Amino acid sequence: MNHPSASGQKQRSKIVSKGAPGYNPAPLVAYRSIPSSPDPMSATTAPASVPIASPPKIAVELTDVTFGYDRRPVLTGVSMTIPQGRVVAIMGGSGCGKTTILRLIGGQLKPQSGRVLVGGQSVPDLDREALYAMRRTFGMLFQFGALFTDMSVYENIAFALREHTDLPEELIRDLVLMKLHAVGLRGAARLMPSELSGGMARRVALARAIALDPMLVMYDEPFAGLDPISLGVVGQLIRRLNDALGITSVVVTHDVYESLKIVDYLYFVSQGRIIAQGTPDEVRASGDAFVRQFVDGQADGPVPFHYPATPYRSELFANA
Amino acid sequence: MLSVLTGTTDALRRLGGGVIDAVGRLGYATRFWVAVIAHAPAAFARLHLTLREIYFSGVLSLVIILVSGLFVGMVLALQGYDVLQRYGADESLGVLVALSLVRELGPVVAGLLFASRAGSAITAEIGLMKATEQLSAMEMMAVDPLARVVAPRFWGGVISMPLLAALFSTLGVFGAYLVGVKLIDIDPGAFWGNMRSAVDFRYDIVNGIIKSIVFGIAVSLIAVFEGYSAKPTAEGVSTATTRTVVASSLAILALDFVLTVFMFRGFGA
Repeated sequence: MNHPSASGQKQRSKIVSKGAPGYNPAPLVAYRSIPSSPDPMSATTAPASVPIASPPKIAVELTDVTFGYDRRPVLTGVSMTIPQGRVVAIMGGSGCGKTTILRLIGGQLKPQSGRVLVGGQSVPDLDREALYAMRRTFGMLFQFGALFTDMSVYENIAFALREHTDLPEELIRDLVLMKLHAVGLRGAARLMPSELSGGMARRVALARAIALDPMLVMYDEPFAGLDPISLGVVGQLIRRLNDALGITSVVVTHDVYESLKIVDYLYFVSQGRIIAQGTPDEVRASGDAFVRQFVDGQADGPVPFHYPATPYRSELFANA
Repeated sequence: MLSVLTGTTDALRRLGGGVIDAVGRLGYATRFWVAVIAHAPAAFARLHLTLREIYFSGVLSLVIILVSGLFVGMVLALQGYDVLQRYGADESLGVLVALSLVRELGPVVAGLLFASRAGSAITAEIGLMKATEQLSAMEMMAVDPLARVVAPRFWGGVISMPLLAALFSTLGVFGAYLVGVKLIDIDPGAFWGNMRSAVDFRYDIVNGIIKSIVFGIAVSLIAVFEGYSAKPTAEGVSTATTRTVVASSLAILALDFVLTVFMFRGFGA
């Protein structure tokens, strides 16, 4: 009820300077060795200090995308640009349409209107073959890992390699062990998914997501339900793998604290619209009411505490 | 008056909605089944997956099928003997048991057991894979779940079912032999001899096998469809599993009637 009107949201949608894609251009750090620094901030701050002349290429671009189930709108006029080599967060409360954005990028859903471009190709217009070919360049980390429960950790990571390549078994073995080593779980190769903790499962899923050396990795709530240590580990891994492998990362999350530490840019989504965006520093300094409520975790604000209802008094005394 | 009118309109609306949903679901099911059949080459290209499913659907169902077959055969022999000896036809016991099993009880009872043992397991497994986003993950890894998950389970079921029905009938005949020959002391020569001369390979056995293949296709299709279209929640998976058993059982019994009408024309003409 207290939500800002649609037009109001649109007008105050930017808290940053114009030309959002051109923020702090950073070089693509391809195939650099994975930094061993335990400080998650180091990776975030390092690239920003090295300016380059041309703006980075665009990995993903959404233009005025609208999507809904039946008559219920989920996304309305969403536009965003995700440059290559960056870690971009899409933030918002539960059920605001964040995951839908990932499904649109991955071609699992088609927008009702608007454009979804990945690497310059229009995703909704791809036929099945082309879509599957494109997905081979994607990695996706699902909310609870979505590991194949009937396969060992090793087989989970070998899955895509076996399905899409004819590599000899020794090479698959080496690749799997390298991916597992990158997430620190080489020793867990023979375990079954049911024997893993939540944090370990998430890391295995991360190793699986990068098995085919993707150009784009999408993370659906990578921090949900993790203890603080696992949270930090997963956060660092997202950043480090992004920089070391030259990946572009899209992180859908509602964990402000963790994502402000690792991402280059944030989009805030509420009720299917982008209502704010900016770099972590801009978000921290923002005076925008929604951003403040989200960052500070206030119960009430532009996002009301109460689900829309008839006035409390009239409901309580309706039968009096 | 107005409320009566509103009530009627609501009822009509619900009826209309229900019919549209049902037709939509039937259309979806048909398209799904065509897609599953079309993915047959994929299932046989990954032969190890189909073999694995034959193990899960077929080999692991062996105990229940064999034990049930044995007992059904033994009971059939007891009941059959009780009736036949009144007419002095107790030496036809082998014929009665073999024809009942091969034509009807083998395919039908094995089918019902298969639906509740293997069909429900297939539905629950696919439904849970969907609920835990494993199917979605596969899709995003550019691997078609219809080819990788659904088709091998379908063909595993289709291949297992006739074999299980044949084993059911075999054990049933053996059970009847134990009761009839060993317990009641019917002449074994008459028991086996009458059976061999009365049971026709083409007319009885082949028709029984055709029935079991049809039931295998029906149960497997229903099982994979219910699993694939289950709501991705605990409740959705449990509902889907129940629906598999109920729908498969009804389908088996209805199809059995239809097939029997076409196959065995001893009545009528």
